[in-house]
Amino acid sequence: MRIDRRTFVAAAGALGASVLVRPQPAAAQPAGTPIRIGSTLALTGPLSATGLVHKLTGEIYVDSLNKRGGLLGRPVEWVLKDDQSKPDLARTLYEQLVTADKVDLLIGPYATGAILSAMGVAQRYNKTLVHHTFGIPKLAKYSQQFPAWSLGPEPEKTTPAMVLDALAASGKPPRTIAVVTSKFPSVHFVALGAREVARQRGLKEVLFLEWDFGNRDFGPIAGRLKEANPDFIWNGALGLEGSQLLDAMKKIDYAPLHHFYHFPSPAPMLKAPEANGALATTIFEGHPPFTDNPVAAEFVKTYRERATQANMPDTAVETQAAASFSAWQIIEAAVVATKGLDDKAMADWLRANRVDTIQGKLRFDGPNNYGDDLSKIKQVQDGKWLTVWPKEWAAPGARLRTRGVTS
Amino acid sequence: MTLPSATLLAQAVLSGLFTGALYGLLGLGLSLSWGMLRQINLSHFALAFLGAYLTYELAGRHGVDPLLTLVFIVPVFFAIGAGLHALLARFQVSPFNSLLVTFGITVIVEAALQWFWTADYRRLESVYAEHRLRLGPLFLPVPELITLGLAVGLTLAVWLALARTDVGKAMRAASQDAPVAAAFGVNQGALALALSGLNAALAGVAGVCIALVYTLTPSQIYAWIGVVFACVMLGGLGRPLGPLVAGCIIGITEALTMAVAAPSWAPLVSFSLLILVLLVRPGRLA
Repeated sequence: MRIDRRTFVAAAGALGASVLVRPQPAAAQPAGTPIRIGSTLALTGPLSATGLVHKLTGEIYVDSLNKRGGLLGRPVEWVLKDDQSKPDLARTLYEQLVTADKVDLLIGPYATGAILSAMGVAQRYNKTLVHHTFGIPKLAKYSQQFPAWSLGPEPEKTTPAMVLDALAASGKPPRTIAVVTSKFPSVHFVALGAREVARQRGLKEVLFLEWDFGNRDFGPIAGRLKEANPDFIWNGALGLEGSQLLDAMKKIDYAPLHHFYHFPSPAPMLKAPEANGALATTIFEGHPPFTDNPVAAEFVKTYRERATQANMPDTAVETQAAASFSAWQIIEAAVVATKGLDDKAMADWLRANRVDTIQGKLRFDGPNNYGDDLSKIKQVQDGKWLTVWPKEWAAPGARLRTRGVTS
Repeated sequence: MTLPSATLLAQAVLSGLFTGALYGLLGLGLSLSWGMLRQINLSHFALAFLGAYLTYELAGRHGVDPLLTLVFIVPVFFAIGAGLHALLARFQVSPFNSLLVTFGITVIVEAALQWFWTADYRRLESVYAEHRLRLGPLFLPVPELITLGLAVGLTLAVWLALARTDVGKAMRAASQDAPVAAAFGVNQGALALALSGLNAALAGVAGVCIALVYTLTPSQIYAWIGVVFACVMLGGLGRPLGPLVAGCIIGITEALTMAVAAPSWAPLVSFSLLILVLLVRPGRLA
């Protein structure tokens, strides 16, 4: 089931009115022993660029939560440790959080490997774990884990289907496809799914390539793409790999017709003129209709201010920050609804109810507690990421552009 | 399976040559440090990235031409390198312990980079980035050409200096037998300081090239260590021409592997070559 824009805006507006935007009576100051919520994040190491997004988001949320009276009338304290982008260290630190720090609640790290580690610890101690951006839903077997990233249970089917739906409605639907992908697990299985979905839809695959994560030289891959000259490139790119491939294609004077990047680093891609027209998935962008939700609008504004203060080059809210914010919203909703900190009760409540978040209403009653795939498609247009699909979620005036095709 | 065209193969060779030139430039200072000073200086990679970030800061934020940043970076890094050697010499750090100490320095530099510039990606928008030359159907990007030119020029200059000048000969003599060299009046301590300064300056130059070609993030320091070590070992320790030749061989072989087979096989190339050389010429590391 997909949530349409009208339902989302109505629900979000109701939520927003109740928390951030409506002039509120002065919230009672939280008092008593703080509720301690423990987590790790990749504050250093290769994943730290995104880890800082989650750190800033968490700080913004906890500040806001305490200004609104905390949880159960008590202040909230976030106990945050640096897992150094190492899943094995994340496991150790979550053990510490439960056994030594004796935190009341857990919230997940970001990135699939670290979340898997945290999930194992949470399962050992029967703790509920709400996590941010877990990329492989079929691996999330623990019954008290809850994903804040609305990927749906089978992104290897739903994501390619959505992308090809969008392209089918474009000015020049593709007839040939090249699938090139990093072997990083979170993107690799979806790229393999894209091959299958493309085959079912009758697209001719003209090239399939895989590279190891950390590849530095994208020149030969760009050369092979230029020779294959597909109508559409599915790029299972993670982080900088998308920008690196774009750069390599530019250097040999090749501009693809349609090109999709799975999890690109959004800011570097925006700075490259050759990225114009690049597609990617998103659950949230800092423009209407997402920001018709007053909570979201306030978050986007605050995030931009605080990211600027923190000297972060990318100050835009997109998937990572939105998933992180949603994770905190899920925990708050569960604590408020169950009027306590009982992990089992919170888990039972979450499986039976929907939670309003800035990415939409989330449900957790599907396979491995995954609900609907609420992903959308965004495109780089004139130096901005704009949502273009589904149409009801498109930024005002934006529509899918195809190079060389007048819309 | 369709065969790759001659254009694709030639462009892949160029791509590998450019990547290999950077391997060689990074490996040059490391090889001299390891072979002639008996210091396995892992902080060489950290210095290179410090140079890259300084280039980003000076060129990207203050409008200095990226190549002009060398006027600042080379002397500063020379001083840093000499200072680092003085520290290691003062405490008589053994070759193996130098590996540990310089790894610690690398971690500290990485943390400093993250503190100043955050862990987020930084990309230098240089005046050279948009320029490329055309050779028939082939494209030659200017930043990569600059890297190749600097790598070849500096490698030849260091090779000539070590082979033909009195200072170079004295450095080689001191590295081979310090007591005997001292008996002939060679000031081993001063030459070691100068060589260490030179190695750090070479890391700074490599940093400028990294900033011209790549997007920066502090943790990228570690991404280069494996393949550059392979270049240094293949090229022979303390041999100035070795890392560049080995780097180009590895770069081109990797690129051709990506052009004709699976790109995921490319990383196997450098280490397969290393193992092969160690099997065929086990004395190569001496």
